[in-house]
Amino acid sequence: MNQESRKSAHTHRWRNRLLTLVSLGVFALYLLWAEHNASDYVIRILNNTAIFVTLAVSYNLINGITGQLSLGPNAFIAIGAYTSALLTLSPAEKQLSFIIEPIIWPLSVIQIPFIWTLVAAGIVTAFFAFLMGFPVFRVRGDYLAIVTLGFGEVVRAVANNLQTITNGPLGLKGLRAYTNLWWSWGFAVFTVAVVVRLIKSSFGLAMKATRENEVAAEAMGVNAFRINMLAFTLSAFFQGVAGGLLAHLITTISPTLFTFFFTFNLLTIIVAGGLGSTTGAVIGSVLFSFGGEWLRAVEEPMEIFGLDIPGVPGMRMVIFSIILIFLMIFARRGIMGRNEFSWDWLLERSPLSRVFRGGGK
Amino acid sequence: MDLQLFGQQLINGISLGALYGLIAVGYTMVYGIIRLINFAHGDIVMMSCYFAFFGYALFNLPWWVAFLGATALTTLLGMLIDMGAYRPVRSAPRISALITAIGVSFLLENFALVVWGGRPKAFFRPDIFGQVVTLGDVHIVLLSIWTPAITISLLLALLYIIHRTKAGIAMRALARDMETTRLMGVNVNRIISLTFALGSSMAAAGGMMWAMKYPQVNPFLGVIPGLKAFVAAVLGGIGNVAGAVVGGFVLGVAEILLVAVAPALAGYRDAIAFVVLIVILLFRPTGIMGEPIVDK
Repeated sequence: MNQESRKSAHTHRWRNRLLTLVSLGVFALYLLWAEHNASDYVIRILNNTAIFVTLAVSYNLINGITGQLSLGPNAFIAIGAYTSALLTLSPAEKQLSFIIEPIIWPLSVIQIPFIWTLVAAGIVTAFFAFLMGFPVFRVRGDYLAIVTLGFGEVVRAVANNLQTITNGPLGLKGLRAYTNLWWSWGFAVFTVAVVVRLIKSSFGLAMKATRENEVAAEAMGVNAFRINMLAFTLSAFFQGVAGGLLAHLITTISPTLFTFFFTFNLLTIIVAGGLGSTTGAVIGSVLFSFGGEWLRAVEEPMEIFGLDIPGVPGMRMVIFSIILIFLMIFARRGIMGRNEFSWDWLLERSPLSRVFRGGGK
Repeated sequence: MDLQLFGQQLINGISLGALYGLIAVGYTMVYGIIRLINFAHGDIVMMSCYFAFFGYALFNLPWWVAFLGATALTTLLGMLIDMGAYRPVRSAPRISALITAIGVSFLLENFALVVWGGRPKAFFRPDIFGQVVTLGDVHIVLLSIWTPAITISLLLALLYIIHRTKAGIAMRALARDMETTRLMGVNVNRIISLTFALGSSMAAAGGMMWAMKYPQVNPFLGVIPGLKAFVAAVLGGIGNVAGAVVGGFVLGVAEILLVAVAPALAGYRDAIAFVVLIVILLFRPTGIMGEPIVDK
């Protein structure tokens, strides 16, 4: 590499950072506008999208980048949601909700600010994932899938039965709607930034090496167990925090919310976006949230050419499952494959490319 | 726990285990041959219950005709799923096949939900299964005796097919080495279809008995028995047909007895199977009757 090209790589990096910051700024302005002008419905979809971006990008870290098909995110989201919710409710509210059996002691008196409950949600969830990782990474492939799915069911059974902590099937009600556009998008952007940096670091290379060939990666000095554990725990951290945000968006949580169904949706998102692509995970989440709302039409009664067609609840899930199967058969690489968005790529293709290249050559 | 209660619970456990075993056979055969966890297997069980329900309630067929018809339809469904969804991804990475299977599972559940509604429907129970006999102090529903009896006879028939017929030999050869078997002139796709057919018909038998046991059907009825049957298959050593049935019995008896001994744990019933699964995978990944797994 000669002096000149090194210099140009350097300016490119600064140009790209600047472009990223400018786009984030524009997006923040949009959120500011939306906060005051958009309808509650649109704001809700935007919040949902942000939480799905967080979940999908972190889920992609373990499934797509590290290549271990975990089916446990619903468990992590549940742990995060419960942790955060139990800490924001006031002692009086908790006493009121726990009607079958009273809540156990330390939890019954603690109440801390929202942001710390999110931190706690992340840490507690990551800790559970760390413990789970020891048995989980003893196995590989489809066994790993089924063990993580099993953990999901165990967590749900615990949430249903551990009356004194989770309030059982009644769940937790009356949470404050702390989650607004700034919380949800702020954390989504943070997650994407951390995951992108991580993937570009040597850890990211080790993760990809583990995905491609674990034995070869080990031979090159990668400790596959540690790398898997890192991806698993980190992804659980983000999912835990997202669970906390979700709980304070919908304000009511119960064990039925965190079924395998949740994991299925996330899996569809990252497969559609392209397994292994962070950009794909973001695109997938946006398509899923907005497409899902758009598809809501099929579940409502409608009139086509004078024919009254009654609404069919559940039709959306039929469509999503068919999409997933078709993607697997005909477009296994999804929208992005394993490619990522980059400014260089975009500018190369845009008519503005000459301007940005500074008119050189 | 006195002897009478123990006898009662043991019979309950055996009949539940027999159902897990019947369903587990389908998992273990498919996994043995194409190394795919057929996530949709539990939902095939559910479909068989709806087929039987509609045959009986809608078309007023005699119960045994409804049962036979439902078995035939379920067998056909199993083969169609293989041909439509699994065959196109056969040469793809195993994870893609697994994701496809998850998709098929959700498709069947939501199809049932959309077409037949979410409200549970009461399932019928012919007299021959519903009567109660008294043995000493133990009361037994005839179904609890029929279930293990049917399971064992179907298992024997299946073992005969696998070990004594040409198709069975091809099946076992395929499990060893698909490419070589293809070179020997075996129509691989047809044998895989046959495997799905056999597994699905066993699932149908298990499903209809499950529906008679808890006399109702709903779109998500197959999820829990499906997951537990998978655990039974791993417990017995995946790929081993007799092992799957043994695993089913062990799991069924363990589950019922544990709940009988410690009623406080009743709420965790469905989680027990997964704890068992995690423990087996940690200490004896090849199961009770499995051969050691060779890393390829």
